[in-house]
Amino acid sequence: MAKYLLKRLFYLILTLFLIATITFFMMKLLPGTPLSNESKLSHTQIQMIYHTYGLDKPVWQQYLIYLAGMVRGNFGLSFQFDNQPVSYLLATRMPASFQLGIQAMIVGVLLGIIVGGIAAIRRNTWVDGTMTVISILMISIPSFVLAILLQYYIGLKAGAFPVAGWGNFSYTILPTIALAGSPFATTARFIRTEMVDVMSSDYIELAKAKGLTSTGVVYHHALRNSLIPLITLIGPLTVNLMTGSLVVENIFAVPGIGEQFVKSITTNDYPTIMGITMMYSVLLVVVLLITDIVYGIVDPRIRLQGGRS
Amino acid sequence: MENNDTENLIEVKNLKINFDTYAGKVKAIRDVSFHLKKGETLAIVGESGSGKSVTTRSLMGLNADNAEIAGGQIMFHGEDVLKKSEKEMQQIRGKDIAMIFQDPMTSLDPTMKIGRQIAEPLIIHNHVSKKQAMAQALEMLKLVGITDAEHRINDYPHQFSGGMRQRIVIAIALICYPEVLIADEPTTALDVTIQAQILKLMKELQEKIETSIIFITHDLGVVAGMADRIAVMYAGKIVEYGTVDEIFYNPQHPYTWGLLNSMPTLDTQSGELSAIPGTPPDLLDPPKGDAFAARNPYALKIDAEQEPPFFKVSDTHYAATWLLDPRAEKVTPPEAIAKRQAQWAKMHTDDGELVRPATPLNTADNLDDSDRE
Amino acid sequence: MAENANVSNDAFEPLGKEEHLDNEKIAAPSLTFTQDAWRRLKKNKIAFISMWILLAILVLSLAGPLISPHQPNNAQPAYTNLPPKIPGVHIPGLDGTKAVDGGRVDAYQQQHVPSGKYWILGTDYLGRDLLSRIIAGTRVSLAVALIATLLDLTVGVGYGLISGWRGGRTDMIMQRIIEILSSVPNLVYMILLLVVMRGSLLSISLAIAISSWTTMARLIRAEALTLKSQEYILAARTLGESSWKIAWKHLIPNMSSVIIIQTMFTIPSAIFFEAFLSYIGIGIQPPTASLGTLISDGQKNFQFLPFQMWYPAVVLMVIMICFNLFADGLRDAFDPRSRE
Repeated sequence: MAKYLLKRLFYLILTLFLIATITFFMMKLLPGTPLSNESKLSHTQIQMIYHTYGLDKPVWQQYLIYLAGMVRGNFGLSFQFDNQPVSYLLATRMPASFQLGIQAMIVGVLLGIIVGGIAAIRRNTWVDGTMTVISILMISIPSFVLAILLQYYIGLKAGAFPVAGWGNFSYTILPTIALAGSPFATTARFIRTEMVDVMSSDYIELAKAKGLTSTGVVYHHALRNSLIPLITLIGPLTVNLMTGSLVVENIFAVPGIGEQFVKSITTNDYPTIMGITMMYSVLLVVVLLITDIVYGIVDPRIRLQGGRS
Repeated sequence: MENNDTENLIEVKNLKINFDTYAGKVKAIRDVSFHLKKGETLAIVGESGSGKSVTTRSLMGLNADNAEIAGGQIMFHGEDVLKKSEKEMQQIRGKDIAMIFQDPMTSLDPTMKIGRQIAEPLIIHNHVSKKQAMAQALEMLKLVGITDAEHRINDYPHQFSGGMRQRIVIAIALICYPEVLIADEPTTALDVTIQAQILKLMKELQEKIETSIIFITHDLGVVAGMADRIAVMYAGKIVEYGTVDEIFYNPQHPYTWGLLNSMPTLDTQSGELSAIPGTPPDLLDPPKGDAFAARNPYALKIDAEQEPPFFKVSDTHYAATWLLDPRAEKVTPPEAIAKRQAQWAKMHTDDGELVRPATPLNTADNLDDSDRE
Repeated sequence: MAENANVSNDAFEPLGKEEHLDNEKIAAPSLTFTQDAWRRLKKNKIAFISMWILLAILVLSLAGPLISPHQPNNAQPAYTNLPPKIPGVHIPGLDGTKAVDGGRVDAYQQQHVPSGKYWILGTDYLGRDLLSRIIAGTRVSLAVALIATLLDLTVGVGYGLISGWRGGRTDMIMQRIIEILSSVPNLVYMILLLVVMRGSLLSISLAIAISSWTTMARLIRAEALTLKSQEYILAARTLGESSWKIAWKHLIPNMSSVIIIQTMFTIPSAIFFEAFLSYIGIGIQPPTASLGTLISDGQKNFQFLPFQMWYPAVVLMVIMICFNLFADGLRDAFDPRSRE
């Protein structure tokens, strides 16, 4: 197990290093500079600004400085947002994004398990049909469309929740629902397929032959065996949430990472783009590592072999 | 159907089961009747698709959703199992009738400790405490021959070999001391040496627990040392049934001849095994007459027209073939079968007592000598 | 019970060889794998209808230049933000009126539109015909999705085949690469790539394909590994067929169901990403229409002219729903295990 973890850790660092390198050089390839809009600046002014950001040094030096900074959690200064350090900018915006992300993950996955499970048990009935239609709808409606509709019809017209902004818990409700759509539908479909598969397995038949009630069969055997592989879905769902947060936070004016990302992209704020890119990558890599470890702990078949592969 | 013994634990009468498929109704079970006496082992033998598993699964009410009972009764303790509700069936399953499945590699829940899996039926049916159930599970684990049971009770299925897993499956089936144990090809997925061990174990446990066994298999060799009576199934019907000796030494149905001829025995001189030609009929549209006629070299003209009724051979032995009709000419069975029948004649003492031959005919007969791990 | 009276005596003659019964007759119709899959697909009404809707949308979007009533990029400043109007229809929302202060006002009269002129789905904030833009936008969105899927297919299948077929060290290294790639959020690739390349039809397709081919590659590798050990492949190898020929003649045809199903799931996801990227402004650049840019434009006026977003959003959702349903149906049709 320890050997496995070390190996995973090595790949984790290698992955992050590669992403950092690629991000850096891609940004260097960019045609425009952050100052290209400010034609009023004199040559000396530009030189000064370049010096402040270290842009006058050779590229390889910039790269090393960038890497060294990143290890210490320093992503440089933002071009656009009052020259704040990117790390500071991200830190102030993290809580809102994390709160939304975690809420959406919990709501989406829990509802998905319930809906997918019910659909599997009531397979090929109208219940299954309805549940399938709901999950297909939720998979097919892009998060930004859902967000706009929720904002307008439930926030503005019905006045049930705040339309936009960030404050107490009620502000989080609409963005959470908009974000939860995709994880919900993905989970529901995953659980249904998984459970239908499990329900046709021999050990479920044996459980029935033991005289378990159908709820007993589902609760003691089917659910447990379908939930374990769900762990592998957490990684992809995290990516879903990142994607969703970009637009949902923007629409609901939530001061989060996603909203910052879109702003930085449209204003060519490269240090911030690189910072957020790295942050997303670290987040995903860590989530993947954790889910892998958790999977190993939960599934007895893997537990004793000390990890897969 | 002839038997009026009061000891009949299970009586299946004229059971008919169809399966709804896209192509139409598959008539999987076409009028099957048999009975099971207390303490005996009945083997149901037939090739795959003959309806063995469907028949026994309907005893437990465990058939697939698209199965339709088209007629018949399954009497258990004087009540028709087919008329029982799902809830009533749940009380029978695992308690009165238990089942062992074919593939031990897939029939255990991979994420549950085996002790818990064995104890589960006890907790459901006998309402004992979890602790008590685990204690009994441990006893049962020892009984089925798992060494170091105290420690292994907390292991997961993947930590056991196939043979060991089948022992665990047997422990699950027997934990409530069921009256009837259905074994659906319990040894097919196992190595030959392990097969013998499992059969031996089942026989031992049957004596200890006093259970009746319905043993389903496609392998006549496996049942030789195991069963008291054999029913041979073909295309959704029983074609011949009788005691083990009657089936092995005095078979009457050409299908049984075929089965016996395709089975290796110690005195198969030439080392040549004969296969039954052709394939079983499509049960979507079963043939009008005898379902076996098309593969039967001894087929009569009437086989194409009418299904043969059961002809009595002895009080315990019946076969459904027109060859037994007094109007049919005597045919000479294949050489090996003729040899068996000759031996059958010699096996009887003057007052009709049966004497088994000194050299066993079948490989699995000599279970006690089979190698142990 | 053994007696049967009404049988003539010659019935007990042996059945002659020549009149032996046909024992190989099979009552169920025999179907090839594709026929069987097609039959199952046709039985799945929802998937079948989805397929026809998708075909209709595809044909309409391709025929766009012929059937569009207006030029999709032709701005007419005099006729901005006109609501939908279909002559002869008097349903509010389709009769050229818009809601103002609780009542409905004929916007066409207000803006002095000549009486013969009308826009079935109204106009946008630059006075461009929404219907023509939706048709053009659908074509762009579908084009992006198809190009992306094609790229994904080529790279994914090629990579997976080589990795699975070669095995050993090659496979190990190729799998490590995939592992590293798939632990980067695909969003990051796409955004970085588009920030560098600027949105165009090709760059967006490329960005989407780059972030999605690993799934296909993994599936194909797994499939190749299984097939490799099959006896007919072994036979082909023993007979000295070249790897290329085996891949083309045996592997790919046998993987076709996996490939088709995965493709059908890639397309809607590509459509989603195109809309997503265009919506946040780094995808298709104005004035070119795509479903994403149309939704983004429509959102600005959503409060007052909700139809400007609703129409493109509905088209997008219908395409997504149909693709998902169709893909589901295809998967069920190709995998007999998943239904009885």
